[in-house]
Amino acid sequence: MAKKNQSPNAGVVAAEVPKELKLHMLRQMISLRRFEEEVKRLYCAGEITGAIHLYVGQEAVAVGACACLRDDDYATSGHRPHGHCLAKVFDLNRTMAEMMGRETGLSRGRGGSMHQFDKAKGFLGGNGIVAGGVGIALGAAFASKYRGTDQVTVCFFSDGASNQGVVHEAMNIASLWKLPVIWLCENNQIAATTTVARSTCTPDIAPRAEAYCIPWAICDGNAVLDVYRTVGEAVARARRGEGSTFIECKTYRLEPHCGIIADQRPKEELALWRSPKKDCIKRFEALLVGDKTFTPQEIEAMHRRVEQEIAGAVEFARKSSFPAPETLYDNVWAEGAKS
Amino acid sequence: MRKLTYAAAICEAQCEEMARDDRVFVVGEDVDIAGGVYKLTCGIREKFGEKRLVGTPISEEAFCGLAVGAAMAGLRPIVEIMYIDFILMAMDPVVNQMAKVQFMSGGQFRMPVTIRAQAGAGTAEAAQHSQSFEAWFAHTPGFKVCMPATVYDAKGLLKSAIRDDNPVLVIENRVLFFDEEEVPEGEWTVPLGKADVAREGKDITLVATGIMRRKALAAAKALEGKVSVEVIDPRTIVPLDMETILASVGKTGRLLVVHESPTRNGIGAEIVRRVVAEGFDYLDAPPKVFAGSDTPIPFSSTLEKAALPQEETIVRAVKEMVGA
Ligand SMILES: Cc1ncc(C[n+]2csc(CCOP(=O)(O)OP(=O)(O)O)c2C)c(N)n1
Repeated sequence: MAKKNQSPNAGVVAAEVPKELKLHMLRQMISLRRFEEEVKRLYCAGEITGAIHLYVGQEAVAVGACACLRDDDYATSGHRPHGHCLAKVFDLNRTMAEMMGRETGLSRGRGGSMHQFDKAKGFLGGNGIVAGGVGIALGAAFASKYRGTDQVTVCFFSDGASNQGVVHEAMNIASLWKLPVIWLCENNQIAATTTVARSTCTPDIAPRAEAYCIPWAICDGNAVLDVYRTVGEAVARARRGEGSTFIECKTYRLEPHCGIIADQRPKEELALWRSPKKDCIKRFEALLVGDKTFTPQEIEAMHRRVEQEIAGAVEFARKSSFPAPETLYDNVWAEGAKS
Repeated sequence: MRKLTYAAAICEAQCEEMARDDRVFVVGEDVDIAGGVYKLTCGIREKFGEKRLVGTPISEEAFCGLAVGAAMAGLRPIVEIMYIDFILMAMDPVVNQMAKVQFMSGGQFRMPVTIRAQAGAGTAEAAQHSQSFEAWFAHTPGFKVCMPATVYDAKGLLKSAIRDDNPVLVIENRVLFFDEEEVPEGEWTVPLGKADVAREGKDITLVATGIMRRKALAAAKALEGKVSVEVIDPRTIVPLDMETILASVGKTGRLLVVHESPTRNGIGAEIVRRVVAEGFDYLDAPPKVFAGSDTPIPFSSTLEKAALPQEETIVRAVKEMVGA
């Protein structure tokens, strides 16, 4: 039942991916990176407040996975949701407006960094609770099966979350009922300050799925095409009614856990993961230039375009109003009224 | 009219609502085998099949989370929690997720989940199978909470809960499961947020929740001829029907709230707060709460009895208040 997936050379599959899609993925990855860099800047300037968990370094995972999904598929995320939200919904303006607490934000400014939702594109939320999206993903997948549709759900969570009990409850149920859910564990090797070596008794996380008869794979989370191919296979299985898959993407977060608190990780390690050898965007760009999909000039132009779009998103957010205090009670209840 | 038990009323309500709306399904432990441990899901499997009567592993956190996700994806789950004590395993999906998604998402999602959980003491099941958590959930913005105490209400409130677009916790009481009552044929609903004047009187208002309705009525009967007691069953804790409570206190001038859950920081404290704030001038005496002891529920019958308001002790509390 279980299947181990050795990380293939991403270059081998690159040729099979249409140029359009490669363009889309690169554009999204650059957008996610620039979005987070801008969020960091606004946070330091005091324009964004609260707890922010940046996704820098892990873009290949969200982008590669969401490239396999349709708008009517579902995704859930956790406390580090900006990348997943952007990759699934791709609305820079309203996501930025949510970060800045504006009425035009995805969640009308009620959610903020950790609670972005978009019903129209099946994004069932970031979550302030580590592993809080796991049961929700199970339920979305249950609903698809109940209605007899071929929608799938991707549940994004990380190495720290993988040790929550609900992950195990949910894997058991997903396997038992053959639900179309993909458990996508982004192993960025650390949870706040606790490394996987200190939190997790197994060298890899994905093989735990074997105990639940769920097929699993480990892929290079910094190789977007590897993620795309691996998740794509799992999505196809789920759509065929063959149930759940567990995918562990090995990656690395390049920013501190939250906000700008000091990072305890070795400087050399950070430098290595920021280098062209490891950084997911630099790697993808090198691949696309190498196989002549794009010229360096075209890539440069894309960076400039994204730069403008991000500036536009900040502008959009700044121009939007804050929610009016008298709307405080909106949507506590479905009726909209006080109870 | 016909006779129906409280447990059968719960089954009937679910069957009727499932026939009315195919997005409604029931999920919980053992619900699919012979109507579950307490026979609260009888008849559903025969009518609607396994697809809509989903027996789960013992994984409260996962299946309550499932209800949240399923509701976000357009279904209307009924979750059965075998004993309300076990909902503690699922406090994250229930309190952090279910109660907040409508608000946090800026109103994009509705959360039409009904949680049915039976609660309460009186069956010698001790501290982990006898608790009453209505105050906790009433304290969580985003939850409606009701406590049916009659067969009529067990069906009528549950049907309203299932049709509601908010999370509703329906707290059932297992001591009442085999109570039989005369009820009408066919369908009815009882609106959430409407109290029931269970007995009219003019000297004192007893607001009694859940099973305390029955004990308060017994106490009122015992006091007949000495004290004229009005008994109000709020039926719904959130939203609370203050209008009916205030009208009664306006008439009697005295308020005693009786509930089974512990006294400290309970529903009684909230009802007294609101009566003081909104009806102070009606009061002829300080309003009081007579409720469960601030202890875990003990096993031994002498202690269990002492931990809960009883007919005799309610009579005594009323007499003290009216100086009879
Ligand atoms: C239930 C719960 N416990 C603890 C926290 C505090 N917390 C927030 S993020 C985090 C680390 C999570 O690590 P991981 O799941 O690996 O995700 P990553 O931060 O690496 O993306 C912790 C401990 C929380 N939000 N929720």
